[in-house]
Amino acid sequence: MTTTESNDVSSDDSPAVIPDPNAVSVIINGKQFIARQGDLIIKAAEDAGVYIPRFCYHERMSPVGMCRMCLVEVDTGRGPALMPSCMFPVAPGMVVDTESPVSKAAQEGVIELLLANHPLDCPVCDKGGECPLQDQSFSHGPGESRYVEEKRHYEKPIPISELVFLDRERCILCDRCTRFADEVAGDALIHFTSRGNTTQVITFPDEPFSSYFSGNTVQICPVGALTAKPYRFKARPWDLEEAESTCTSCAVGCRIAVQSSRDELLRYQGVDSDPVNWGWLCDKGRFGFEGIKHDDRLTTPLVRTAQGHEATSWNAASAAAVQLITDAIAAGGASSVAVLGGARGNNEDAFAWARLAHDVIGTPNVSAQFADGLPVGVLGMPRATIDETAAAPTVILLAPDLKEELPVLYLRLRDAAVKHRSRVIEFAPKASGLTRYAWRTVFYEPGTQAEAVRAALATTDIAAQVAMGDVVIVVGRANLAESSAPTVAALHALVAALPNARVLPALRRGNVMGAISVGMRPGKGGLDSRGILNAAADGKIECLILVGADPLADVPDGDLARRAMAGARRIIAVDTFINASSALADVVFPAAAYAEKSGTTTNIEGRVTTLAQKVTVTGTSRPDWMVAGDLALRLGTDLGFRSVDDITASIAATVDGFEDVTPLALAHAPNGVLTSVVVMEPVVTPSIVLAERNSYDFRLVVSRKLYDQAIGTSTSPSLSPLAPGGAVFVHSLDVARVGSAIGASVKVSTPKATIVLPLAADDSVQRGTAWIPFNQSGANPGDLIDAAAIVTDVRIESI
Amino acid sequence: MTSTTYAHAPGFVAGDRPQIVTSRFEYDDSYTLERALATDGYAGLRAALGRSATDVHDEVKTATVLGRGGAGFPAGTKWGLTPQAVWPRYLVVNGDESEPGTYKDRLLMERDPHQLIEGCLIACYAAGLSQCFLYIRGEMALAQERVAAALNEAYAAGYVGSNILGSEFSVDIVLHWGAGAYVVGEETALIESLEGNRGMPRLKPPFFPAAIGLYGKPTIVNNVETLANLPWLMRNGAAAYTAIGSATSPGTRMVAVSGHVKRPGVYEIINGTTTFRDLLYSDEFCGGIRDDNELKAFVPGGGSAPWFLPDQLDIPFEGRVIGAAGSMAGSGAVMVMDHTTDIPMAALTLTRFYAHESCGKCTPCREGGTWLMRILDRVVAGQGTQRDLDQLLEVGATICPGDFPHASSERLGIAAVPFPYKMTTICFVGPSAYTPVHSALTLFRDEFEAKLVRRTFIPVTGIPVTAVAQ
Amino acid sequence: MSRLSEDNVRIALEIIGHYPRARSATIPLLHLAQQQDGYVTNDAIRHIGELVGATSAEVLGTATFYEMFKFEPVGKYLVNICRTMSCALLGGDQLMHHAEHTLGIKAGSTTPDGLFTLEHAECQAACTEAPTLQVNYRYRFRVTPETFDALIDDLRAGRLDSEIPPHGTVSRVRQRIPVDRGVGVVAPEDVTTAPSWMLAPEAAK
Ligand SMILES: Cc1cc2nc3c(=O)[nH]c(=O)nc-3n(C[C@H](O)[C@H](O)[C@H](O)COP(=O)(O)O)c2cc1C
Ligand code: SF4
Ligand code: FES
Repeated sequence: MTTTESNDVSSDDSPAVIPDPNAVSVIINGKQFIARQGDLIIKAAEDAGVYIPRFCYHERMSPVGMCRMCLVEVDTGRGPALMPSCMFPVAPGMVVDTESPVSKAAQEGVIELLLANHPLDCPVCDKGGECPLQDQSFSHGPGESRYVEEKRHYEKPIPISELVFLDRERCILCDRCTRFADEVAGDALIHFTSRGNTTQVITFPDEPFSSYFSGNTVQICPVGALTAKPYRFKARPWDLEEAESTCTSCAVGCRIAVQSSRDELLRYQGVDSDPVNWGWLCDKGRFGFEGIKHDDRLTTPLVRTAQGHEATSWNAASAAAVQLITDAIAAGGASSVAVLGGARGNNEDAFAWARLAHDVIGTPNVSAQFADGLPVGVLGMPRATIDETAAAPTVILLAPDLKEELPVLYLRLRDAAVKHRSRVIEFAPKASGLTRYAWRTVFYEPGTQAEAVRAALATTDIAAQVAMGDVVIVVGRANLAESSAPTVAALHALVAALPNARVLPALRRGNVMGAISVGMRPGKGGLDSRGILNAAADGKIECLILVGADPLADVPDGDLARRAMAGARRIIAVDTFINASSALADVVFPAAAYAEKSGTTTNIEGRVTTLAQKVTVTGTSRPDWMVAGDLALRLGTDLGFRSVDDITASIAATVDGFEDVTPLALAHAPNGVLTSVVVMEPVVTPSIVLAERNSYDFRLVVSRKLYDQAIGTSTSPSLSPLAPGGAVFVHSLDVARVGSAIGASVKVSTPKATIVLPLAADDSVQRGTAWIPFNQSGANPGDLIDAAAIVTDVRIESI
Repeated sequence: MTSTTYAHAPGFVAGDRPQIVTSRFEYDDSYTLERALATDGYAGLRAALGRSATDVHDEVKTATVLGRGGAGFPAGTKWGLTPQAVWPRYLVVNGDESEPGTYKDRLLMERDPHQLIEGCLIACYAAGLSQCFLYIRGEMALAQERVAAALNEAYAAGYVGSNILGSEFSVDIVLHWGAGAYVVGEETALIESLEGNRGMPRLKPPFFPAAIGLYGKPTIVNNVETLANLPWLMRNGAAAYTAIGSATSPGTRMVAVSGHVKRPGVYEIINGTTTFRDLLYSDEFCGGIRDDNELKAFVPGGGSAPWFLPDQLDIPFEGRVIGAAGSMAGSGAVMVMDHTTDIPMAALTLTRFYAHESCGKCTPCREGGTWLMRILDRVVAGQGTQRDLDQLLEVGATICPGDFPHASSERLGIAAVPFPYKMTTICFVGPSAYTPVHSALTLFRDEFEAKLVRRTFIPVTGIPVTAVAQ
Repeated sequence: MSRLSEDNVRIALEIIGHYPRARSATIPLLHLAQQQDGYVTNDAIRHIGELVGATSAEVLGTATFYEMFKFEPVGKYLVNICRTMSCALLGGDQLMHHAEHTLGIKAGSTTPDGLFTLEHAECQAACTEAPTLQVNYRYRFRVTPETFDALIDDLRAGRLDSEIPPHGTVSRVRQRIPVDRGVGVVAPEDVTTAPSWMLAPEAAK
């Protein structure tokens, strides 16, 4: 509704009020309210300030009317009748009484019945204190139970997955977890069994609820039936303090509540952000907090001495770093200094480092990607939001497996597909989590995606589908064993055919969009990440600065990474842990980790949201921006940043596209502020010449699983066992070609290297290709990859 | 293939009355196509196909063929509720017969499957339904065998499938059988079950099967007996049909009378006019209470129906009248209790049934039904207290808040509370667990009190009856 | 522990073919599995899940809802004695006591020779013939202690083999829809128009 600033609302010449066709007038507890057409009574009442108790109703899932807690008397003209308010939409003239004697009797009755078999072990229950059953028993219950019979008994908590325990005695059978598993996650691995009074939730023997989204069931369980291993018995809810923040495990940017007690992070809970995560989180994001207080966290700056790394003061470390930088400039000029990284930090960190690199040091060799990303120009293409993507009639996927890399984006697109809002056309080298739901999946051999796209667009049904208009292309790197060129070429082919299509970049790393946008990208004539690594390998980099970057783990071409790290004369690292790369650094600054610092982050859509500091930093570590500011000052330039807010304001004032992202705007926008799309550089059409394929070879696909050996997972005791481990996978019909038994070690070789991995069969892998998950235990497939090559062909041989 | 061990129509008692659905029962081979064809089989279908679908639909509407599954909704009207131009549309035949006391659909399937098949085809044609699923209760092996064999014969002979009787009309009838769950008889649960799921009812609305049914498409669910009426109707016309029975309940209906009567059996009675006194006492039907005992109470319409007393004997078998008197006609099942009956124990057999059959979806049914059963168990075992009796009514009120229907009683000086009741559950299973408790306690509280704990302990050995049936 | 045999997979595929969605064949396939093994094994559940496109947990959830599916071996003959009102009024409970005595087991258990499993049953839709029982879903009416004992003797002696198949087989007749006579099924979402016969004003020949 629009309101005018006129004081005289009754003035005759005010424009006629056009009745809103979506408005429905209802009477709730004697007062008239305007509700939206289609709203369920329970929702309309809540919006009107009347809370109707409920257990099974969840706004993000289809109503089932199972628990009967929300019964209220509703009169639609035929006299009052008891109705479950979670199942019925409002209708004009409806009279709802949530407090009539009959409504109250029904509600009290249901509470008493629910408590009949519910153990009264609240004092030792994790949910105690934040338990809807407890709360609503108090607010809407009879106050006493007349049940004297023996309660139902089941074996106390049984693990239903590696992360979640189920106590069936506490379960009130609200169908929330089971509905979530089936409807939202698509992993119907928990289900009701048996019937009537013995109905239980259960998993099938040997098929645990190993869903990437299992933790959500713990959050939405209205009692303490489902508990999460990482949180069990850790705290009482009333001891928890919380702050709203954004998850940076990947670049979807789910909103979360960070909860701590006595300065220790204890739990993350999903916050319902309508345009982004709808309240859901993946388990990696949810349980990643464990790594933050890991014993191996860096606590002081380190400098390399003859004896190895030695702890030192910030002052000494900064002085040493400045010395390395000035020496490098003196030896090779400013461009012999290169900065890699920034995607781990927040916008402010990246901005400060970008200013330091470009403006203070004066080098154009800056990159926030690790040779596994997309050309920066892709970010300048007309962009779609997640909401727009999940509402577009056609979504084209030219992306990695979203379930593995951007899990909650997967949930949103899965929802769009199963609810028939969107038809998904997927181009992939290997079946993905979304293949089941895709309208069409076109499998291509790595390197040939542009041809695959052109051929698909020429088929009548796909042509007819995209002709409906409003196409969103989700684009990212599906295969780390090929260069970005084939993907970019395919994107060009799509955009050429569909000039009005919008793009949603599927870049994985937490704040990669923000880092690139605020300046962590090559300056004029500067090198991108591959260029920087090549230059370092060639001995042309005097000083390589790693800001939360671990090239030895992150860069697909392992050989290139090793040569670069060896060839860089000096290395400065800002990081939270000693990892393979920071172990080689001359100076290491300990960085403040997630939840130890505030700021803003930018997700794949370009949505900027806030990050909260909830616990104090580990040791003497500092946020990256502070390190940059200090170095700049020592190099003679005061960047002028005294607080994070200063930088946020400075970004808004100086970065194109961030005009609206002021601290004030952010403070009033829980769902964040969208940046506008800025053309940074044109995307050049690559030319692709594929070498002749040897018929003995398999074309290699290397991609990420949700759980791998990355620092966030490996430092979390609950998550690290979930990484599946390394193996080379081929289609079951190709196993014979290899000539080895499944499970046997085989040699996988390119002219460059040979690695040994166990052989496995997987029919989601296409025939003629081999798939190796990246960054798992065992041999590193990166050794096989040549960053200069367009694709990688491997030979697999038995030993 | 089929067995000869069964009597040709066990339990069925014919008589000198019009036989709309049981006319073939007298033949030993009534279930064969050969017998059907020799006795007007598929003539009704032929007649229907000779007319427009709208015409046939109108005929069924005019005849007011009431649903025989329990709710008594007119079939013709129900067919008209499907949204136009939404495809596909399905017919689901409810042959899940499991309501305590009910025994008729099984006979119709075992004894005359072709009549049912013919009825299905007429319904599909008239209501514009493109595929039919015939859902038979899982525990009815013979009915499944007979219907399967009949369908195989009918397909081979061109009565089912494509181009039926050489016409354009083409419909598949798929035989499906359940696996034992009473609640699946409820139409939305039946649909869930047919979709391969747990048979848990859906909420109406929005899931009115006529609009959102099987696979989310318009679906008509009809009872076996309802459909079995159609061939006769098509052969004889609506006028002949309405000439039988009362204005509001035309035709005949099958009623099973069980319990303490001299001749328990399944009778095809004239709808709407036959009274319970006729049914229980006349020689045409049951011939009186066994051993000429005194009638204590009877359940007029299946286990879900509140009980009647001898006071209600003169009520005719007519839905509205029975409803006004505090019960329901339901599924056409009368269970008779004579004066030797242990009333609390009898109530327990029904409450235990509904508690056992709860699907588990609604809290009041899942928890309340079992709770009622446990208290009742205690009372029957002689370990109950006064408090338990009040408690039974209080727990019942959580399932059905407000007044609960019951019969009038001159002896107790109480007036009838008419049907229906308020309920906190989705379907009638929850309330049905309470119904026998409420009826028994309201009408025979003294019998419960006689069992309370201060009395000597009575071991549970079942209902003390004078003799096992003949 | 077994998956469906090759022959049964063929039958399973035929059954699935009768339904617009494979998932609808879940219960029929569970019956088929029970017919094969006498009870429903976990392997069969997994196999059925693969055939109808459901998770094992979903198939288990469906299977455990229904009384007739057994998840552990039961006797060759499952004897179900009705205990609901009409039968109870006429001696159902006494019949159960007698059966327990004759078979030497309690309701809910199986004789040591693996021949008989005795169970309480709810209303069997034969109320006028009380008390009733079913042996593998084949009825016996107005059962007396004498006819019960005779029935057990007959079963032990194999005299009823032609009438009463071992537990697991319900209907011995399967519906076959001949290819040339069937209309065939289409997934509901792919049907957009009325069948041709509905479009013709009169379908009569
Ligand atoms: C708990 C419950 C059980 C039912 N069981 C049956 C049944 O076994 N057979 C049946 O035909 N209808 C049964 N019904 C009624 C059906 O829901 C439905 O009304 C009926 O099949 C419609 O057919 P009709 O209109 O031809 O009577 C049951 C209803 C409820 C609530
Ligand atoms: S009333 Fe009982 S049987 Fe019916 S839907 Fe509810 S729980 Fe299920
Ligand atoms: S919240 Fe409405 S029935 Fe559970």
